[in-house]
Amino acid sequence: MSAKTLYDKIWDAHLAHEAEDGTCLLYIDRHLVHEVTSPQAFEGLRMAGRFVRAPDKTIAVPDHNVPTTEGRENPEAMTEDSRIQVAALDKNAKDFGIHYYPVDDVRQGIVHIVGPEQGWTLPGMTVVCGDSHTATHGAFGALAHGIGTSEVEHVLATQTLIQRKGKNMKVEITGKLRPGVTAKDITLSVIGATGTAGGTGYVIEYCGEAIRDLSMEGRMTVCNMAIEGGARAGLIAPDETTYQYIKGRPHAPKGGQWEQAMEWWKTLYSDDDAHWDKVVTIKGEEIAPVVTWGTSPEDVLPITETVPTPESFSGGKVEAARRALDYMGLAPGQKLTDIEIDTVFIGSCTNGRIEDLRAAAEILKGKKVKEGMRAMVVPGSGLVRAQAEEEGLADIFREAGFEWRLAGCSMCLAMNPDQLAPGERCASTSNRNFEGRQGYKGRTHLMSPAMAAAAAVTGHLTDVREMT
Amino acid sequence: MEKFEKLSGIAAPLPLVNIDTDMIIPKQFLKTIKRSGLGVNLFDEMRYDREGNETPDFVLNKPAYRGAQILVTGDNFGCGSSREHAPWALADFGIKAVISTSFADIFYNNCFKNGILPIALPQEQVDVLMSDAEKGANARMEIDLEAQTVTTSDGEVFGFEVDPHRKHCLINGLDDIGLTLEKAAAIDTFEARAAAERPWV
Repeated sequence: MSAKTLYDKIWDAHLAHEAEDGTCLLYIDRHLVHEVTSPQAFEGLRMAGRFVRAPDKTIAVPDHNVPTTEGRENPEAMTEDSRIQVAALDKNAKDFGIHYYPVDDVRQGIVHIVGPEQGWTLPGMTVVCGDSHTATHGAFGALAHGIGTSEVEHVLATQTLIQRKGKNMKVEITGKLRPGVTAKDITLSVIGATGTAGGTGYVIEYCGEAIRDLSMEGRMTVCNMAIEGGARAGLIAPDETTYQYIKGRPHAPKGGQWEQAMEWWKTLYSDDDAHWDKVVTIKGEEIAPVVTWGTSPEDVLPITETVPTPESFSGGKVEAARRALDYMGLAPGQKLTDIEIDTVFIGSCTNGRIEDLRAAAEILKGKKVKEGMRAMVVPGSGLVRAQAEEEGLADIFREAGFEWRLAGCSMCLAMNPDQLAPGERCASTSNRNFEGRQGYKGRTHLMSPAMAAAAAVTGHLTDVREMT
Repeated sequence: MEKFEKLSGIAAPLPLVNIDTDMIIPKQFLKTIKRSGLGVNLFDEMRYDREGNETPDFVLNKPAYRGAQILVTGDNFGCGSSREHAPWALADFGIKAVISTSFADIFYNNCFKNGILPIALPQEQVDVLMSDAEKGANARMEIDLEAQTVTTSDGEVFGFEVDPHRKHCLINGLDDIGLTLEKAAAIDTFEARAAAERPWV
């Protein structure tokens, strides 16, 4: 048998049909659904008289639209169009008999945080969702990627996806990370090195000592942003850290099935002599705490740097950088640490897990946010929120002057009332700094939770290593 | 789905790299439960000012390009969010083909589900097509999916690659789900085998 990558192995284990022209049907083990990209798919099913083939493998939760303020179960807390979308998901979940976590359920949260938390995401699975950050679930050694609404409908009806196999890319992070450097800095640095189209057509496997040393939360942060590097999916081979995280979760296998699953999971790694179409190696020791300066996630620099000149780029990127600096209201040569901010957002499927809140609270302990700053923490799920309250993190955030919110996507994409006003500048732990992403003419700097917390205290982008 | 065979139309030049799906259709328009009606909000934040007035400089607001059916754009078009609202908005506006050096995977896939043909060509060819598009309404570009060619208004012809299955579906306006359901027996067999081998799933 020829050597295989982890991606090859998962692919082969899910190939339900291959046509003569090479078009494949990949069987889907878990289909996660949220309110924004699913209504048209369910409508399509109804119109064609079709049904959900595997309701037991389909899990729905509203997250994009939901307000994160108290009293949100009151229908008036939402705008009418948001209310209609959430109500449509409620109805579709009931009509088609799929698993559902409604807004008032403590387990509700961002779909990519809820899935792993409830043990739905397991090694070796295929996982899809009508959301590009489905890549998150790759942290478990699952092949997970975002799909469009037509594909959501296709998976609902057939439990398969029409696919062509992608190429294999290995991203190795060697050695140890320096103090103050986190999973977010790894994933942003990789995108900075490869560009937002560097992973197009590939599935990335992240490996190396620095990846192995990460917790599951950190690994999810890394895989989450594979899509910002152009790759639909990012993977990390499962190991003891993975098994420990999964064990005992509500939908994890139990008893004899756990043993049986472990037996298979332990075969889920890339063979030593497997073929890679592309290899990127980055030294862990050389990664610094980073921030973005522009309007593409590839616009990444260590916090110690200055804003670049557009002419330092080539091709279409020169004009793009010029446009980005204009949009961001920045001048070439400006020190990144001189950039003043007025808003801090800690949360999202990238950095809304317990470890992220711990890292931010660690910086904020005994400190106050700068006067006039709007700062909010939006836990990724109701359970993350409950745990943070139990650990005393919520008190630290509140005492520092942060708003302590309910779970949802919130200001990561600003579909709910949490938005930037034109010209406002945000230190954000989310994943996209696109024009208008966090609100019309809003300006976003992406960074780790610790870096965002540091910026909240000083009022400007700050090197977290100088805060301790 | 509408069939795509040949297209002769006006091409609008949009020479920006990394145009993301947030730019194509901003999030406030994702709160719909329908697929139609998004064309008016295509490129909303570039196309209109805050009061809803058209931005005269934006290409699709220029008289020559209001009826454009082809977009010629910079690298990595359609990156970011998986929202199919992006191709829905393009299709609703009347765009039937997008030409670039590269496309983000999910967007690329979503196009074919909505009768839009994304065409990836080398930089120097996109440069020629961009210049051709800049000629405005007097220049019509031609796309022949069967022959897999793009022809400029000057008659210069470029061949392009497209997956045979996707080409077949686009030319015949076929519904993917219907095609897959014809293979239900294979799915049943796979499902039974997987359930035996991996009962915890």
